[in-house]
Amino acid sequence: MSVPDFDLLRRLTPARVRLDAAARPMPLSALLSFQEDHAAARDAIHAALDMDGLAAALGPRPCLRVESLATDRTTYLRRPDLGRQLAPQAALPRLDCPLALVICDGLSAPAVMAQAPGVVAALSDRLPELAAQPVVLVRGGRVAIGDPIGAALGARMVLVLIGERPGLSVADSLGAYLTLNPRPGLRDSARNCVSNIHLRGGLSHEAAADRLAWLVREARRIGTTGVALKDESGKDALAGGRPADMPGIRPE
Amino acid sequence: MTYRATARGESFRFDDLVAVMAAASPERSGDQLAGIAADSALQRVAARRVLMDLPLRTFLSETLVPYEADEVTRLIIDSHDAAAFAPVASMTVGEFRDWLLSPAADAAALAALAPGLVPEMVAAVSKLMRNQDLIRVARKAEVVTAFRNTIGTRGTLATRLQPNHPADDPRGIAVSVLDGLLQGAGDAVIGINPASDNIANCHALLVALDEMRQAFAIPTQGCVLTHVTNSLALLERGAPVDLIFQSVAGTQAANEGFGISLAILAEAHGAGLAAARGTVGQNCMYFETGQGAALSADAHHGVDQQTLEVRAYAVARAFKPLLVNTVVGFIGPEYLYDGKQIIRAGLEDHFCGKLMGLPMGVDVCYTNHVEADQDDMDNLATLLAQAGVSFVITVPGADDVMLGYQSLAFEDIGYLREVTGLRPAPEFARWLAEFGLAGQGTRALPDPAALARRMGLRP
Repeated sequence: MSVPDFDLLRRLTPARVRLDAAARPMPLSALLSFQEDHAAARDAIHAALDMDGLAAALGPRPCLRVESLATDRTTYLRRPDLGRQLAPQAALPRLDCPLALVICDGLSAPAVMAQAPGVVAALSDRLPELAAQPVVLVRGGRVAIGDPIGAALGARMVLVLIGERPGLSVADSLGAYLTLNPRPGLRDSARNCVSNIHLRGGLSHEAAADRLAWLVREARRIGTTGVALKDESGKDALAGGRPADMPGIRPE
Repeated sequence: MTYRATARGESFRFDDLVAVMAAASPERSGDQLAGIAADSALQRVAARRVLMDLPLRTFLSETLVPYEADEVTRLIIDSHDAAAFAPVASMTVGEFRDWLLSPAADAAALAALAPGLVPEMVAAVSKLMRNQDLIRVARKAEVVTAFRNTIGTRGTLATRLQPNHPADDPRGIAVSVLDGLLQGAGDAVIGINPASDNIANCHALLVALDEMRQAFAIPTQGCVLTHVTNSLALLERGAPVDLIFQSVAGTQAANEGFGISLAILAEAHGAGLAAARGTVGQNCMYFETGQGAALSADAHHGVDQQTLEVRAYAVARAFKPLLVNTVVGFIGPEYLYDGKQIIRAGLEDHFCGKLMGLPMGVDVCYTNHVEADQDDMDNLATLLAQAGVSFVITVPGADDVMLGYQSLAFEDIGYLREVTGLRPAPEFARWLAEFGLAGQGTRALPDPAALARRMGLRP
């Protein structure tokens, strides 16, 4: 097997394998690629959400803008509890809607800009009740901020689209969390998650919308979200990464 | 009981021992998040003065997590070895610190003392120690465990080879294993975090790992890091389970959050011993821990995260593990904010694990949302190698593409061995030499194509 064959072996994994039989130190080019990827991930985490740009990308749909108690990034990273609470000045109308849509910067504002408009459009094609319904845009939000928002809106269910923690290879991956009967104090085991929504080998906007629409209908049918609602929308169980409810230190 | 001490003329009062321990901890975001950290640097000094004069034996009567409410506390108190404790029984925490730094505390003395120490004593003394003290004392301790090779003998540094793949593809995993073996990694364990905990998937990965190990007669052990109950089910099916893995924490409630109890761990340990797959030893358990695990499970009883971490080591110790490692930089900035906090916590965890008698390793790692980079990891890895860490975790190119975080690269073990002179586990070192994979200068440049073919790898 010659060196070109080793190039083929490297294609079997996205890992940064070198297969260097001489066990030399990391070459500078590999080191700089790593630093480039780390820099991009850091930039994504610290980027501010452009609410005007996001509202424009969502089209004519009305947007309601709110903030959490953790709007600067340092506070956001240190205090997840504050990112789950609405700032007191947040004013939300009572909509009494079947499904509220919330878009949060989370750990990647670029993910929200790149994926959320496409996912919302694809979802609206599948769920007619979303037509013309306002979307809540949140600065400094964690997943659970959907609970007080959903409660204030009088929503039967809330769907939170949120930027996921950037990795070295993908810095604009979106997660989606569905919660029935949202109210403050719920645990994450009461939600269903569709993660890894991005255009570099992750779930496409259409595929994510298919899965989310299935979860919304199934949640209505059986009257619950969370661990009791098993995602059987497709066979591709691994595409979404690890389930959010797996016990252990490693999974977040 | 309340405690008082002064710093710069200011008098500080602490309501109980829990408050003293929390205030004495070096600054970290997790204790601040929990609202239990010192309010000021002066208050932290005052709390350390309280600890300095506190009799060590106080921790045997004043439990930080109630005995009645917590099976980890019951394990700690009920298994305490008073005879082993006797040599330090009359010391204060401050005197214990001085004794640890003295020549009297040699490897034999530390090994004999370990069963006499409860985690809270170990946590307390660590809070009085600078980083150099943590390194100096940990380096003296020698904890040796064995399965198919011997981990922890003086002068060695082992590595976990972590070949994770986002879709658990066995061929992709094999490529990463080959990459690591070429760099001399893999003596502590070849350990996969599966993307899916599906039992059939884990079974297939275990078989693939075992076939690879046997094809090359590698004196090491494999592990698929799935839930302990899955490993039990896999053992019942006859799957080749070498090491049984589990995340553990320092309170009963946090362990319940992981879906485990001491009884489940005991059952798993018994099943692993019954399988008797070790050749040079039968330490068959592998545990991971991390500061902040109990707080994130809302199960911390107001106790600081470093003390709870050491309580997790009491859980691990009860089951005679081959390997224990803290995932120190993985838990996130809300628990350890930056490189400084991660480095300090990594040294604490290693020191405390060794003092408790554990084969302590560290995942020298960080996520992208903490204030840290590869320079911080170089610092921590170099310090830990000096401190005599049992093993570190290594992944291809420092990038774990499944878990989405950065650990050490396979190449980093070459660096550590070069600057410290540390060697792999003895059985593994012999195997590397026979294979032509020993260090620079003696390497016989194997035919990697032949290696790949023998691993069943074809492009």
